[in-house]
Amino acid sequence: MNKNYKLSQLRQLEAESIHIFRDAVSQFENPILLYSIGKDSSVLVHLAMKAFYPGRLPFKLLHIDSTFKFKEMIAFRDRFAQRHNLELIVHKNQEGIDAGVTPFNYGSRKYTDIMKTQALLQALSAGGYDAVFGGARRDEEKSRAKERIFSFRDKFNQWDPKNQRPELWNLYNGRINPGESVRIFPLSNWTELDIWQYIRLEKIEVVDLYFARLRPVVRRDGSLIMVDDDRLPLSPGETPEMKMVRFRTLGCYPLTGAVESTATTVEEIVAEMLETRLSERSTRVIDHDGDASMEQKKREGYF
Amino acid sequence: MDINAYLNEHENKSLLRVLTCGSVDDGKSTLIGRLLYDSKLIFDDQLSELRKASEKNGTTGAGKIDYALLLDGLKAEREQGITIDVAYRYFTTPRRKFIIADCPGHEQYTRNMATGASTADAAIILIDARHGVLTQTKRHAFIVSLLKIRHLIVAVNKMDLLDYSEEKFHAIEADFREFTRQLNIPDIRFIPISAIEGENVTHQTGKTAWFHGDHLLTQLETLDISDSQNFHDFRFPVQVVIRPNPDFRGFAGMITSGVIRKGDEIVALPSFKTSRVKTIVTPDGHFEEAFSPQSVVLELEDEIDISSGDMIVKKGIIPHISDRVEARVIWMSEKPMRSGDKYLVRHAGKNTQGRIAELQYDIDVNTLESRQVRELPLNHVGRIVLETNSPLFYDYYRDNRSGGAFILIDPITNITAGAGMIRPAHRAGASNHEQGKESINAFVAGDERAEMFGHGGRQIYVAGEDIEPARLFARQLERELFRLGAHTYGLDYRSEGLWGRSAREIMNVAGLLSEAGVMSVAVLPGLPALPLKAHGIFRVWLGDVNGAPETADRIIPIQEAGKMSAALLARTLFVDFDH
Repeated sequence: MNKNYKLSQLRQLEAESIHIFRDAVSQFENPILLYSIGKDSSVLVHLAMKAFYPGRLPFKLLHIDSTFKFKEMIAFRDRFAQRHNLELIVHKNQEGIDAGVTPFNYGSRKYTDIMKTQALLQALSAGGYDAVFGGARRDEEKSRAKERIFSFRDKFNQWDPKNQRPELWNLYNGRINPGESVRIFPLSNWTELDIWQYIRLEKIEVVDLYFARLRPVVRRDGSLIMVDDDRLPLSPGETPEMKMVRFRTLGCYPLTGAVESTATTVEEIVAEMLETRLSERSTRVIDHDGDASMEQKKREGYF
Repeated sequence: MDINAYLNEHENKSLLRVLTCGSVDDGKSTLIGRLLYDSKLIFDDQLSELRKASEKNGTTGAGKIDYALLLDGLKAEREQGITIDVAYRYFTTPRRKFIIADCPGHEQYTRNMATGASTADAAIILIDARHGVLTQTKRHAFIVSLLKIRHLIVAVNKMDLLDYSEEKFHAIEADFREFTRQLNIPDIRFIPISAIEGENVTHQTGKTAWFHGDHLLTQLETLDISDSQNFHDFRFPVQVVIRPNPDFRGFAGMITSGVIRKGDEIVALPSFKTSRVKTIVTPDGHFEEAFSPQSVVLELEDEIDISSGDMIVKKGIIPHISDRVEARVIWMSEKPMRSGDKYLVRHAGKNTQGRIAELQYDIDVNTLESRQVRELPLNHVGRIVLETNSPLFYDYYRDNRSGGAFILIDPITNITAGAGMIRPAHRAGASNHEQGKESINAFVAGDERAEMFGHGGRQIYVAGEDIEPARLFARQLERELFRLGAHTYGLDYRSEGLWGRSAREIMNVAGLLSEAGVMSVAVLPGLPALPLKAHGIFRVWLGDVNGAPETADRIIPIQEAGKMSAALLARTLFVDFDH
């Protein structure tokens, strides 16, 4: 009798993520979804909308604008929010802007700390959110593999990997004291392949930067950096050349390396993914700042 | 390669969640690293970092890759070389997608293993062939059985160091089977492997020609786990009520077990209101039928009051309902558990206050022997009686994992202090139902009566600081029981007058009525001293906790006594009787 009751792995992941969203809304008063504009965020918001269908999303979206995002990302973000009638809060670290912080004068590590981590903490404390949804996946990076789905943060928004609450079955412990919060990762069990698979299945819109196009790039320290605007300082003799490239992850354009590619559809991206053998985060400059650098950032409050 | 075909295949694969556990040096990380490597899940950049790290910290010797370093995520662990927390790994083969919960073998971290085990369909226990079955191996097997993982693969590793000796392998197998005879694990398989050499992990090189089973990966790919899903008991804990407009009210949740069809009769708990499923709503259209573990929205025919934390079940397949349950718990907090301690209970998506009514015993995970203790320390497994402020709607964990699992949360620190699995009560005697049917000349037996009435006999005594509120509450309670369809009788205490009855008389009558299958509700000036927790007896005290007698089963403050509390208690008493 049971043979008809089989759920494919992708539908199981979907059901689990929806359960997590609903569970969080039943446990927290003031949740927010951290929207990063990337493909994982697109999937995250899609699942959230499914979880509360036919109702409206019972929380807002928060985007931390580090001021160096790709122009296309910002345009996509605004279109996306409008089309789906989503309430979007955009936060920039004004102090950082006033101090003129860029990746070029402060270095990638410090810039990321000020314009992303600090900006995020400012926005979270201003909003008084007790739960923050994020699109992180456990397969992205080693230290993420151990993160809980409900990941507790203390008053200082810090993560203590040695002191995590055990997480059993699907019974998530959302109890906190005032000032503390929980980061919630509904995509924990998804892999990069699952994400693309789901985008294809559900026809989810993602930023065009994921697909290969002719784009102006310069080569720096082995990475292909796109010249997205005139703020990227070019060294003498360095001239942007047009190359067929795409991005595997999206962040700040001066810190996100492109890969040469001809993939213009989801299917072609997956085909390339299966052949190329580079893990996703390897195109992020900040992860290579030193061994265990991601873990360090997470402890400090980075997502 | 036809990418569309590949994607369609991946989309429709089944999912297997596997727990891996082993002692510190059993080579577990090497095994997983090997599985990832051989199924081409290690990327080039990770490989080059791995080569670098192998030079620096590796233990495998010059030139060889230390697969273990690929997995140990956190800095402290990397330095100590011990995996101290659960880490989740993902890999996929053309046949299946896998989620591996990689669990520590270190003695102190039993709680992490339970965490990984709670969601696993299958477990792999690693044994170092040179050392055989160790205390930790036994502990792991016990936790596998405790959390009801039905499929266990015992991978006897480092066979290369024993020249792939068949004899040694079978000795370990016999040892392990001897120990697990007492555990209820339906499917146990043994595989001789060498994680370093790769033998019997993802291929066979002929070194274990005497072994006729499949290698590990094939076994994982073909394992049939349909027996661990419960499609019988429909349970739907309501997470969120969705009302986008005045015309629509839907109940959102995940079907944690069972199946539901449009038109099915349902019962909402705790209100016991009934209705039918009008539509099964999803963003992908209305479903005719939905099953576990789908997340759906149910719209009902009637407007009945249901809120977040309530449960929808199918008529005729009602869960157990009680505010007193027996359970096994795995203790996860530094602060030991003592009887009388209060915790928050999270069960089926709902929190309620709870109290450890009894700590019955501590089960020695090495010998499986029980001993009476005063407290249950970290990483110990105990058996308790848990009382809750509002009744739980539960199944036994052995029949339905999601219906029988709960966590205990420390109300002060908010940490998850324990994990519990509800099981049948100790004293529930074997049913003599069969005997009753055999002897035709006998009078109607208690069980037959209970089956006919839908409940068993009970003696319910109500007393309090003041007799008048107690009398009022007793009447309300009897009314509520009667409304639920119970056979009831009210016994009122009067010290004088024509209808006066003494306490002694009341107790005699109540005892008789209970044998007759009736639920009697009696008012007394004080709670009677009867054998502690005698069968079917329930004593309610109306008044302050401090003044309540020791024998009270339930204390209700005067200001809380009323129709609501009577209705709730009635439901608990109506459903919770011992067969």
